[in-house]
Amino acid sequence: MSLRSPLGQAKGLGSAKEGLHHWWAQRVTAVALIPLTIWFAFKVAVLSQSDYQTVLDCIGSPWSAALIVSLIFAAFYHAALGMQVIYEDYVGNKAVRIAAIMGTNLLMFLFGAAAIIAVVRIALGG
Amino acid sequence: MSSNNRPLSPHLDVYKLPLSAMLSVVHRGTGAFLTMGTIVLVWWLMALAGGEEAFMSAQEFLGSFFGRLILFGWSFALFFHLANGIRHLIWDAGYCFEKAEVEKSSFVVLGVSGFLTFVVWGLAFSFTVGA
Repeated sequence: MSLRSPLGQAKGLGSAKEGLHHWWAQRVTAVALIPLTIWFAFKVAVLSQSDYQTVLDCIGSPWSAALIVSLIFAAFYHAALGMQVIYEDYVGNKAVRIAAIMGTNLLMFLFGAAAIIAVVRIALGG
Repeated sequence: MSSNNRPLSPHLDVYKLPLSAMLSVVHRGTGAFLTMGTIVLVWWLMALAGGEEAFMSAQEFLGSFFGRLILFGWSFALFFHLANGIRHLIWDAGYCFEKAEVEKSSFVVLGVSGFLTFVVWGLAFSFTVGA
């Protein structure tokens, strides 16, 4: 027996039953980003005055490149999830809200892909 | 039952936001700001992949007053979001919800984010790889 009202059922209201994945993915990426951002911030700081070749070698070494690709994936995924929550809370118009979420997701994917390709190119010395 | 003593939502125009509420707003703000900042990261990596000339002009911009101002804001936002994010994870695990603990951890978050910003900039000016 369902406790939901017939009207609520007909209008399809209620939980979408897929919110947990969003919440959990936000936490998993957050945990991953703790060591990754600290490492990257300090790495960039000590490279800020270095010459081109030194930066190239430091960013492109296998472990470093792997960590940066992980950082980019986690950061852009985390950003897309977070921006979605902000839009859902503050954008009232449904069409604008969906467009904003979709646009942000697509942009984050594009930027993430571009950054990863750049790191791969640096790592492979192309 | 009298309805006089029931809790009310804060009247936002006369309600002084506690520090924890302000930090909550700042957490969202820094999150959105950092999302925009990822564009700088992508641009910097693209410049590095694009060769010495592209990289040097990117470094020149980032080393300018305006570039450093953006990076300074971004680094503080990053460390604030990091420290406050760790506090959120602790809350998610069910700890430190008492009012006094929240008040205290708010100051810890501000202190840690200020300290990390200071350390990372101190390091950037005092230590260079390959120099």
